[in-house]
Amino acid sequence: MPAAKAQAIVQGLQVVEADPIADVAALERLTLWALTQYSPIVAMDAPDGIVMDTEGADHLQGGEELMLSGIVNRFRARGLTARVAIADSWGAAHALARASGRETVVAPCGETSRFVEKLPLSSLRLSPETVISLRTLGFRTIGELAATPRAPLALRFGPEIGRRLDQMYGRLPEPIDPIRPMDVVEVSRTFAEPIGAPETIAKYVSRLVGELCDALEKKALGVRRSDLIVHKVDNTMQAIRAGTAKPARDVAWLTKLFKDRIEKIEPGFGIEKLSLVAVIAEPLTETQKTSSLVEEEVVDITPLIDVIGNRGQRVYRVAPVASDVPERSVTRIAAAAEEVGASWALHWPRPVRLLARPDPIEVIALLPDHPPVSITWRGKRRRVKRADGPERIFGEWWTRSSEFDAVRDYFVIEDDAGERFWIFRSGDGLDTATGSQKWFLHGIFA
Amino acid sequence: MTAAREWVISDLRERIASLESGTVRKRGCLAFGVDEIDAALPGGGLAYGALHEFAGGGSGTVDGAAAALCVAGIAARTKGQILWCMTRPDLFFPALAQAGLNPNRVVFAEADREEDVLATMEEGLGFGGLGAVVGEVVRLPMTASRRLQLVAEKTGTMGLVVRRWRRQTEASDFGQPTASTTRWRVSVLPSEELPVPGVGRPRWLLELMRVKAGECAEFIVGACDATGRIHLFPGSRDREDQTRRWDGRTVA
Repeated sequence: MPAAKAQAIVQGLQVVEADPIADVAALERLTLWALTQYSPIVAMDAPDGIVMDTEGADHLQGGEELMLSGIVNRFRARGLTARVAIADSWGAAHALARASGRETVVAPCGETSRFVEKLPLSSLRLSPETVISLRTLGFRTIGELAATPRAPLALRFGPEIGRRLDQMYGRLPEPIDPIRPMDVVEVSRTFAEPIGAPETIAKYVSRLVGELCDALEKKALGVRRSDLIVHKVDNTMQAIRAGTAKPARDVAWLTKLFKDRIEKIEPGFGIEKLSLVAVIAEPLTETQKTSSLVEEEVVDITPLIDVIGNRGQRVYRVAPVASDVPERSVTRIAAAAEEVGASWALHWPRPVRLLARPDPIEVIALLPDHPPVSITWRGKRRRVKRADGPERIFGEWWTRSSEFDAVRDYFVIEDDAGERFWIFRSGDGLDTATGSQKWFLHGIFA
Repeated sequence: MTAAREWVISDLRERIASLESGTVRKRGCLAFGVDEIDAALPGGGLAYGALHEFAGGGSGTVDGAAAALCVAGIAARTKGQILWCMTRPDLFFPALAQAGLNPNRVVFAEADREEDVLATMEEGLGFGGLGAVVGEVVRLPMTASRRLQLVAEKTGTMGLVVRRWRRQTEASDFGQPTASTTRWRVSVLPSEELPVPGVGRPRWLLELMRVKAGECAEFIVGACDATGRIHLFPGSRDREDQTRRWDGRTVA
């Protein structure tokens, strides 16, 4: 639509000149950011997309679904709308992200054809003229086109349609040429004969790590995230990403992170090139240590944190939060974070196990502020022999207006057998505005 | 005469110890600070460089609350960082802080699968330099416990396993042999009587079910105080009748 026509339809329309160069530069910045965040193999899918090979990287974000919703939310926080799709091939993911109406789509392995058959022809990455001609011929969806004999199509439109269809269905490989920042530290090794044995791979990985550490030392950098990219003879790539909690330049430490996962490499017909890239590097300067005679030696456990974290486990420490509500009084912080000075106020007994969600219990109790006489939890009735309470906890009305009147009365109870529980009543026992007056079991004491 | 006999016995012990594993070294022990309990353990305490198993009794087999707090008290008295591996993140740290464990010292590793917990424990024990490695696991097969025990022996880090089952009926698994140096069962007992209404200091029945080169024992103890120490209740050794009564309940 010409600008003049648009201005005639909408009053006060603001017209901004298209700036393709700035768009590409912005997309490149975004791609470089995605490279540090999500996957080692990331490229621009110009003019409006980013393509990533996330195989083996999604578990670091909590799985495919979580990774996609995380991407959408992070863009939304910046005022951008993103559509994300995961599929077996670049072509299918490209089409699903653009043509399906949803924000996130995950096409499971091997089900690409079911997902793409209803999509319009325009999502097939063909030239606009070809799409118009195909529409004239009566084709509407990719499924229809894929079910048509190839020879007449190729005769009329050339090989492009067949190539794009094969790329979409994953019959033709479409390698992603990963983007690299300008100043990245990269070392690589090309082999005259393809290698495949795990021992050989391990040997060259440790040599590459040594070279990378030398290169980093010259720049006084330490690596935070590094990728081992395996180029195979059949023009496919595999990447292994290793992250560290602190900048590292220790050969043994980095080698261990990669050697842990050499078994994940599938050499296929052979590996012709190995390259090691320091995707995120941070300044790291040598510091002088005091002798262990003077002060007690503190063991740095960051290498251990890295080894465990790179296996996909959640590694964290906990820190106190100034909140009286039990479930909000603990937060998770990074395992390598600075020491936290504060601690919890330890005046009242706290249970060792806190249920993620308070369990409703049936209770016989004298209102308003007597402890229960008996409780029934998970179908078992327990007579309360001793009890302490109530410990009243008020809702945090200064941060959440919905908790303006909310009250919880906590009791410590002990049954005949000596088992101790932490139970609470939602509400103060008199006023229904303070809570539902129902009873819940929240924790188990030792 | 007695001196000569003791000398011969200690010499024999040393020779047996050197036969037991090739790289046996003097690692020392972490004493409970309670003479009766320490006397039941060879070396006078929980050995460093060894695997120790703790399970709950009764419904504690499922929640593992008492076992976890007991382990936290032991970990609080070691030096250095602590690695705590588990699959179910329902630990409430303020309670552990009340047992003297500083939150800065504890690094949690939460895995999705049981096997990963064991692998993480092995990694932590093999790292060396940690104060203790704690793992909450359901199953501890002989092979896995043997691996953990061997790697703990190598580095001298204390391994602490909290056994925690999905159902109370599965806890009979605790009868299966493992390679742990000691096995304990911690069951809750009614708390200390107070002259006024209220819950007094929690008490536990601490059963030493197996110990290498030692004999089983059971104690009635007061739960961990603010420095992670347990206290023996006076006269608990004499009250054999009461202990018997609790025994029937704790076996699942």
